[in-house]
Amino acid sequence: MNAQVAEAVAPEKKEFWRWQENTWVDESKDWRDAKIVTCGIDVGSVSSQAVIVCDGELYGYNSMRTGNNSPDSAKNALQGVMDKCGMKLEDITYVVGTGYGRVNVPFAHKAITEIACHARGANYMGGNKVRTILDMGGQDCKAIHCDEKGKVTNFLMNDKCAAGTGRGMEVISDLMQIPIGELGPRSFDVREEPEAVSSVCVVFAKSEALALLKAGYTKNMVIAAYCQAMAERVVSLLERIGVEEGFFITGGIAKNPGVVKRIERLLGIQAIDTQIDSQIAGALGAALFGYTLMQKQGAAKAA
Amino acid sequence: MIANYGYKDGSGDYYISIDTDRCIDCAAGRACLTACPKEMFEIITDDYDDEVACIKQANRRSLAYDCADCKPSGGYASLPCTTACTPGALKHSW
Repeated sequence: MNAQVAEAVAPEKKEFWRWQENTWVDESKDWRDAKIVTCGIDVGSVSSQAVIVCDGELYGYNSMRTGNNSPDSAKNALQGVMDKCGMKLEDITYVVGTGYGRVNVPFAHKAITEIACHARGANYMGGNKVRTILDMGGQDCKAIHCDEKGKVTNFLMNDKCAAGTGRGMEVISDLMQIPIGELGPRSFDVREEPEAVSSVCVVFAKSEALALLKAGYTKNMVIAAYCQAMAERVVSLLERIGVEEGFFITGGIAKNPGVVKRIERLLGIQAIDTQIDSQIAGALGAALFGYTLMQKQGAAKAA
Repeated sequence: MIANYGYKDGSGDYYISIDTDRCIDCAAGRACLTACPKEMFEIITDDYDDEVACIKQANRRSLAYDCADCKPSGGYASLPCTTACTPGALKHSW
């Protein structure tokens, strides 16, 4: 069978849902100068992050897709950032695990829920004015209130239904055959804003999207309708605990302006902007918890 | 802290809220643990090192069904858990 025939029989399947993995290290700093190096590992249902914090300041991180087991995902996430800065596990004073797989991080000294970690991470990323946090994760959605120190005062989580989660957006991305990073900008490229798809369920939203395409909607209109539905869904969740000024969004969907702008429009407030990757909030919070614990214990890395 | 355990699905909102500030020094002797016929409550040490009640993980996604027998249609005039919680830390959203 020649290559052309093989391609026709089994064409290569593009995975439009694949989001960008990335690793970053602050080149202006040297972790060897730090007294306390802590690490936060967030093993989520879709993505895993490892964040290194030096003396309470973000130093580096690695964000990648979660594999088929939590311990390996945690190891790979941490290895990615350690390789980039020449660090070894024994150079890290304290490791905190968080996320769904937090109890399966083999080298973690402590496990803390992702709710507390996201609040702490958002407090660092958005400053002490952050009061309401919306975390749009891969397979769940959380609404959190916190005080000026990033301590949780009220939370609500929905992990039973995939509506309003990153997975829902991945499904639409594959269905429309549009890279996931382009969905947000393309959702604004419509003559007039369509109504939200009526189904809150990801499975039925997919069926409805197909029906809309058959009815003559452009792909951009379908994406806009889905982004609007997702925004309405998470806003209804947020309204259960109320929204205070100092609104911050974490998780992968915070990178999708199509959803973020629509949430802002529905709530009538603007989300606080940050230059830090929104996906690392949980791991960053975990690393900061580790730093606080170390400070309390008075432990410092030997010079 | 108000901890909301439960979910929202196509049929409605099903959350049990626990006000942990009222729960920490429970004046009712943790009566929720025995009041719930389904034994859905447990005591945990939360992220801020406080000992508080929470809903067991196994029940968090099925509250509409697990609590159905304690609702008025099940013959109860008031919920056993909220009645037992004299500090008023417990609330049902539905």
